[in-house]
Amino acid sequence: MTIDHPPPAPTTGPVPWEKSFAQKMLEQMLRIRRMEEKCAELYGAGKIRGFLHLYIGEEAIAVGALSCLTNDDNVVATYREHGQALARGIPMRALMAEMYGKREGCSRGRGGSMHLFDAERRFFGGNAIVAGGLPLAVGLALAAKRLGEARVTAVFFGDGAVAEGAFHEALNLAALWRLPVLFCCENNWYAMGTALERAQAETDLAKKASAYRIDAVACDGMDVVACREATEQALARLHAGRGPQFIEFRTYRFRAHSMFDAELYRDKAEVEAWRANDPILTFAARLRREDKLSDAEWAALEAAAEAEVADAVAFAETGTWEPVEDLLKDVYTPCHA
Amino acid sequence: MSYREAMRAAMREALQNDARVVLMGEDVGRYGGTYAFSKGFLAEFGSERILDTPLSELGFVGAGIGAALGGLRPIVEIMTVNFSLLALDQIVNTAALFRHMSGGQFSVPLVIRMATGAGRQLAAQHSHSFEGLYAHIPGIKVLAPATVQDARWMLAPALADPDPVVIFEHAGLFNLEGEVTEAPEWDIAHARVRRAGSDVALITYGGSLPKALEAAESLCRDGIEAEVLDLRVLRPLDEETLIASVRKCRRAVVIDENWRSGSLAAEIMARIMERAFYELDAPVARVASEEVPIPYPRHLEQAALPQPEKIIAAVKGLYA
Repeated sequence: MTIDHPPPAPTTGPVPWEKSFAQKMLEQMLRIRRMEEKCAELYGAGKIRGFLHLYIGEEAIAVGALSCLTNDDNVVATYREHGQALARGIPMRALMAEMYGKREGCSRGRGGSMHLFDAERRFFGGNAIVAGGLPLAVGLALAAKRLGEARVTAVFFGDGAVAEGAFHEALNLAALWRLPVLFCCENNWYAMGTALERAQAETDLAKKASAYRIDAVACDGMDVVACREATEQALARLHAGRGPQFIEFRTYRFRAHSMFDAELYRDKAEVEAWRANDPILTFAARLRREDKLSDAEWAALEAAAEAEVADAVAFAETGTWEPVEDLLKDVYTPCHA
Repeated sequence: MSYREAMRAAMREALQNDARVVLMGEDVGRYGGTYAFSKGFLAEFGSERILDTPLSELGFVGAGIGAALGGLRPIVEIMTVNFSLLALDQIVNTAALFRHMSGGQFSVPLVIRMATGAGRQLAAQHSHSFEGLYAHIPGIKVLAPATVQDARWMLAPALADPDPVVIFEHAGLFNLEGEVTEAPEWDIAHARVRRAGSDVALITYGGSLPKALEAAESLCRDGIEAEVLDLRVLRPLDEETLIASVRKCRRAVVIDENWRSGSLAAEIMARIMERAFYELDAPVARVASEEVPIPYPRHLEQAALPQPEKIIAAVKGLYA
């Protein structure tokens, strides 16, 4: 059986982080994983409706990349953004309540899974138009530059977005105006069901960014160490005045595109091959080898994640529905009807 | 002062008064603006605030939205409504929805200006009128300054508005001359009666306003006193002023350069039916563009568009 997109050999090298930080990274990935597993279950139970796009398998990217940002930076994400939202610090309670459509959700229930927002944490959504967030990120960076603010705008998007015109227009603008944008491409090889090589003549995505004179690198998106290092280096280049940066995180989604996907377009052997690179399990194994994670510590992380998920679900369950009388709220800003 | 000078004065004032205001679009800088609205701005305000963009309507409109979210007050100029279709995704899916999707956390204080309309023999792809299409979308506001006074004074309140505002400037009006007051007289929430009358309400906006006024003068000579109502604000519609005018005149003709089917005129007529049906002495009529792409030859183009003669005929039809 041939595999169209073979995974790289799992990283086994040393983890260049001290124990507490390394465990923090592991914990973040685990929280995302356990939250999303519960989301899938709740979807089956009819508690979460609409579209639900799981990030399972890609957690190292959000955790590694966002660990390099400050609270002043901007984050723009896609409809597969549960991982970024949680890693950015939005409380799991608010995320779960949003998926339920409850008023206590991070978008007051109006957005759901695909439209997670948090103004306080400078989290600008949750955009369900492929590549729709890229021009927005360029504008956020333009404002920051014009206003003399040091903030960076990180924008996440998939390989599918690279085929959109908005991608090319946004990269050109960012490069032309030398804006502080960090383009984070999560290449999971499939734009819904269409494999990269069936959709794009040039499959080396970093090359496309290079064509706009943007520094572009590819990294192992299954390795949280590699993801963090690539982001650190890109930010260093950005701060050194080299303009916008592009990182292709090569990754894989272990689950279907959404909950309606029968996965007829990819080989189960390919999914299994990538599962051997599970970002959480491989990283945990490395930490164990280096005596940075004991069985008891792992069990404690697991227990904490499970407890947090249970708490978030309970919070969402007891959340309230926005009254229908408020239906027309927030189409326009109040006092300016 | 001309319409062009009025719009230029409005933008210049905005740039002078608020350092957060930037102007971005195709050829707004070095070229001086496609219609010379921003001539000299690059020298006066610098390339940090007057941003020439590549031909990337989707990209730079989206960037305008992001810049507004990031704390600027951008004026994004789209050369014409025809090219705004390339940016429609960002306008509809991002600008208009952002506040709602975020549960009220983010407002988008963006102004998008664009030239609209036909009448200059620019043929099918450069003669569109899509005001009705934009007025269909909750989350944005739509303005149509039809007088020199409104060209001068609608921009400032649009920039002060916390939500996205789309301004349609009919290219047939750019050389229009008119009086401008020292200070704004009207807000951007109300329609305005441009000519008082008692027999029939001519309801219109934008480039059709001068045609309606011309028709009204002609009707006056025939003993029919037409009231001309300039909608000014196409979303949200000032329904009270509209209905008041219809109730007073008991007859109404809607004049709209949009194609007839699904036009803004259709919406206006529906609102009249909903609220003033029993006060009408005749069915509401409309004069809209013929359902054909705008042709190049002048006689065919003119035949496709609302004209004073068509308005007069429509009014007289109400008395038949």
